[in-house]
Formats: sequence, C-alpha cells, structure tokens
Amino acid sequence: MNAVWPHLPALQVVVPLLGAVLAALLRRHGAFALTLAVSWTLPFIAGALLWQVLATGPISYHLGGWEPPWGIEYRVDVLSASVLMLISVIGAAIMPFARKSVAHDIVADRQAWFYCMYLLCLAGLLGIVITGDAFNAFVFLEISSLSTYVLIALGPDRRALLAAFQYLIMGTIGATFYVIGVGFLYVLTGTLNMADIAARLGDVPADQWRTVVAALAFITVGISLKLALFPLHVWLPNAYAYAPSWVTAFLSATATKAAVYLLVRYYFSVFGGAIDFDALPVNEIILVLSVAAMFIASLVAVFEPNLKRMLAYSSVAQIGYITLGIALANQAGLTGGLVHVANHAMMKAALFLAVGAMFYRVGEIRLTALAGIGRKMPLTTAAFTVAGFALVGTPGTVGFISKWYLAIGALDKGWWFLVFLIVASSLIALVYVGRVLELFWLREPCPEVVRASDPPLSMLLPVLVLAAATVYFGIDTEWTAGIASTTAKALIGGLR
Amino acid sequence: MPTLTALVEHYNYIVTIFLMVTGLYIVIARGNLVKKLVGLSIFQTSVYLLYIEPGKIIGGTAPIIDPTLTVYSNPLPHVLILTAIVVGVATIALGLAIVVRINEAYGTIEEDEILEQDRQQ
Repeated sequence: MNAVWPHLPALQVVVPLLGAVLAALLRRHGAFALTLAVSWTLPFIAGALLWQVLATGPISYHLGGWEPPWGIEYRVDVLSASVLMLISVIGAAIMPFARKSVAHDIVADRQAWFYCMYLLCLAGLLGIVITGDAFNAFVFLEISSLSTYVLIALGPDRRALLAAFQYLIMGTIGATFYVIGVGFLYVLTGTLNMADIAARLGDVPADQWRTVVAALAFITVGISLKLALFPLHVWLPNAYAYAPSWVTAFLSATATKAAVYLLVRYYFSVFGGAIDFDALPVNEIILVLSVAAMFIASLVAVFEPNLKRMLAYSSVAQIGYITLGIALANQAGLTGGLVHVANHAMMKAALFLAVGAMFYRVGEIRLTALAGIGRKMPLTTAAFTVAGFALVGTPGTVGFISKWYLAIGALDKGWWFLVFLIVASSLIALVYVGRVLELFWLREPCPEVVRASDPPLSMLLPVLVLAAATVYFGIDTEWTAGIASTTAKALIGGLR
Repeated sequence: MPTLTALVEHYNYIVTIFLMVTGLYIVIARGNLVKKLVGLSIFQTSVYLLYIEPGKIIGGTAPIIDPTLTVYSNPLPHVLILTAIVVGVATIALGLAIVVRINEAYGTIEEDEILEQDRQQ
C-alpha cells in the first residue's frame, strides 16, 4: 500500500490507459469485464486523492522524478480532485448499463474496440483534469477528443458518421486555437507549467500585454468550442443525438465538464492572478453568451421532435448556467456554476440513460413514437420524470441548489434582472420537460410501445440510482455544494 | 516606413498567419469533406511554424554543452511540435477513415448532397 500511495495521481490516468490497450486485445466478454473493473477502481483512486487533498492540501506529483517547471507536473487541488471524483463516479455508475446497451447498438466484433475507445476517452478526460502542464493538457484533450469521434461514429444511424465528422472538424479547430494560445503564453513566459505561467505573467512588461490578451482570447474560444458554449455549440446536438445511447450519457455527463474545468483553471489560476479581468470585457461577453444559451437553446428544445436532440439542446442551455457562474466570478455565483457541473452531470446521465433504456426496448427516439410509454416502462419513466424535474430546478432536487446559488451570486452583484432571467429560462425548461412528461404519462400507449417493458436490472439500476442521486443531493448538499464552495473560495482567493 | 520594416523583419510570422487563415478559410468555405480535411491540416501545420520560429536564435547552435558554444537555440518547441505532429497525423487519419465510411453510407463526400439525402429520409 505504501508503495502505491504516492503514485495515485499517475495511476488515475495510467490505469484506464493500460485498460484501453488490454481491452483491445481481449475478446468481447473479457473486454466488458475489464472495463467494468477499471471503471470501478477509478473512484477509489479519485476518492483517496480527494481525501488526501482535503486533509493535507494540494498534491504535486512529478512524472519521472523531473522537478517542475522542467518536468510535467500532475497537480491535484480541491477543484481537480472533485472533478476527478465526479468523472470517475459517473463512469462507474453508468458502466453496468453499457453491456446490454452496447450489445444492442454495436455489432459483436466491434465491442472490444468500443470499450478500448471508451477507456482511452476516460484516460484523456482524467488527464486534462489532473495535469498541471498546459501542453500536456492539449495532448490529453486530443486523446479524449479523438476517441470521442470514434465513439460517436459507432452510432447505429448513418447520420452518426456526419455528426462525428463535423465534431472532428470543430473539435480540432478548438484544440488548435487552444494550442495557439498556449504558444503565445510559452513565448511570453518560457514555461508550460500552469502555476509557473501564472507566477511569471505578472512580470510581463506592459507593451507585451496585447499578446497576453490574444492568448486569453485564443484559449477562451478554443475551450469554449470544446465545452459547447453558445454559439459554438453547433456540433453538439447531432453528436449527442446519433451517438450510441450509452455514449451520449457518458459524454453529456463528463466530456463537457472536463472542458469547463480547463476554462475555470485558466481563468482563475493562470490568468486570474495576472490580468485585471475588470478592465477586459471577458466576463460580460461570457455572461451575455450564457444567457443567450439559456434562452435560445431552451426554446429550440421546446420545438424539437427528437428526444435525444431535445435533451442535447437542453445540455447547451444547462452549460449556459455553468458558464454564467464562471462569469459572475463571485463566491456564490462560482459555487453555483461549479455545483451545477456535478448536478448537471447527475441529471443528464440519468435522463440519457432513461432514453437509452427506451431505445433498447422500443428502438425509437422520436417523441411521437414514445407516447404513453409511462404505462409500459413505469420505473424508467419515473426516473426520467425525477431527473426532468431536477432539470427544471424544482425545490428538493439538485437543479434548485445550483440555481439558488446562481441567483444569490447575481443578487450580490446587484443584478436583479439576472435572477429574473434565471427563473424565466427555468420556465422554458418546464415547458419542454412538461411536454415530454405529458406525452409519456397521459397518452394512450401508441403501437410502437405496446410491447415494451422496463429494461433488465443491470440497465434499470444505474438509471434509478442516478435519479435518486438528483433528489438526495438536492437535500443533502454537504458534499456537492460544500466542496464547490471551498473550491470557489480558493479560486477567488487567487484572483487579484 | 517603420511599419514596413517591421513587416519585413517578421515575414516568417506573416507566412504563418497567411497559412493559418487559408486553412481556416478552406475548412469553412469548401463543401467537399476531403478538402475540409486538407484545410484543417494546413491550419494545424501553421501552428507548428508558430511554435518553432521563436525557438530559433540567429547564430544559435544546437543545445550541446561545449565550452566553445555560448548561444543556443531552444530545443523544447521541436519536442512539443513532434507531439503535435503525431496528434495531427492521428486526426487526419481518423478524419479520412470517417470520410471513407461516409462515402460507403451515402455514396458521396459533398456535404450539401449528404444533407440533401438526410432531409429526404
């Protein structure tokens, strides 16, 4: 145990990476068992890291024994440890669902490759969160993105191919913008270690500030493409709609969240100490785009006939709430944004898994073909309903907690109109969720769903657990909002 | 006149930026999926130049510890770009593989024709 303990940060990434190689070598049944084992190991590693960070402060792990800033440093603080925990736990919670769902969506001889790509993607996402090196983050970003394109392209419909291609183009442009920004920072400071960049940015002479601002702009646009900030979200609805059901649940809960982490890391830890954000209209721009996402994406969701696309547009709107918290940049607002990262992951995973279960039984995701499904798949639809209410922000669910903190953050700034906008956009969410719930519960079962029934236990259990979590963490907020609040305090302390 | 001198002195950056914008333009303006990938590749390649150019110091040698050499070029950008080239190769390879699959599924690689087929479905 003592030999393993100091190397936990490296194991967090190495375990899924090696798992990916092994999964590709194994036959299909072995591949699933291995992936399950890896997915269930990761929360323990992340949990140990989080516990260690909360007890003794940030961990700095030097890969290969090279001292930072020369070597690559893995740096785990409260923010990265909690995002690691979130990604690992979601990965572990949805994994049992995968076996039957993947067997349904993907031909048998490709399943081992599917699990290989999933583990690679997981390794990339965890790597983005754990690394303290700007260029290393780019490499992990591309590892996760490339495997994501493959996962999406494996979708059952041929439109998945075009969705994957469009995401590949947009994602590569985003990653390249990010790397251009990092290049500017490297030219200015001569270092790639994020903490070192932050320390040296303060010494940059005033006539080179334009380069710093250009770096900030490139990194913002690059990461915003990855996290699907409105209006850079166009790849997301098709990618989510045509990917295999389980992949959609995984991506919506984790992939955009890792990008959000990177944005927060740059804004508060790297640029935060050096740039006076009040002098630049960064927060104002993000604020306007977030509000636009909350309204426009929600309105599109109201008229969307395809259930997965509707939830995908809702994801764009929900990402708006997260970036709204980042733009508010005060204690309550940032807490709201960060806690919504975890809360949105829970509810969207539950919703997309429920839709995946319906697709498994009915073979349809068009809303009209799912009318009356509540009477045939009561438990799945009940889980969908609970998570749907969380999406709207009903008191007693996680959605309410996030919006409560965001509203307090807006009031602290004296922007009461923003509170009004948050409530108004929740009402639009009520319209699109309500429309689906009416269709599910109050209609007579249509011919497509008459023979449907609740899915097998291995699929049902993850859906129910996640739906229960959206209620549990809506009441007991010590872990989610508590950690988010600690993190927000630490991040804002780094701001000038 | 001073602006012109500054431009000439930094002609390498002008080339880089020209390639960067050309690549992005091709990605946006062309409907053929392979041409889009070519544009993407040009865009990525321009970034390799952006990294490598500042690493070279005029009169600098390779970073070998030797008492007779005092001015070194920075080797780190080359190492970074080696990694970025691998990423770029993987991206283009995957992109082309997806285009092959699209061609099998739709019988065309023109974006507007593919979207037209999807609308008729």
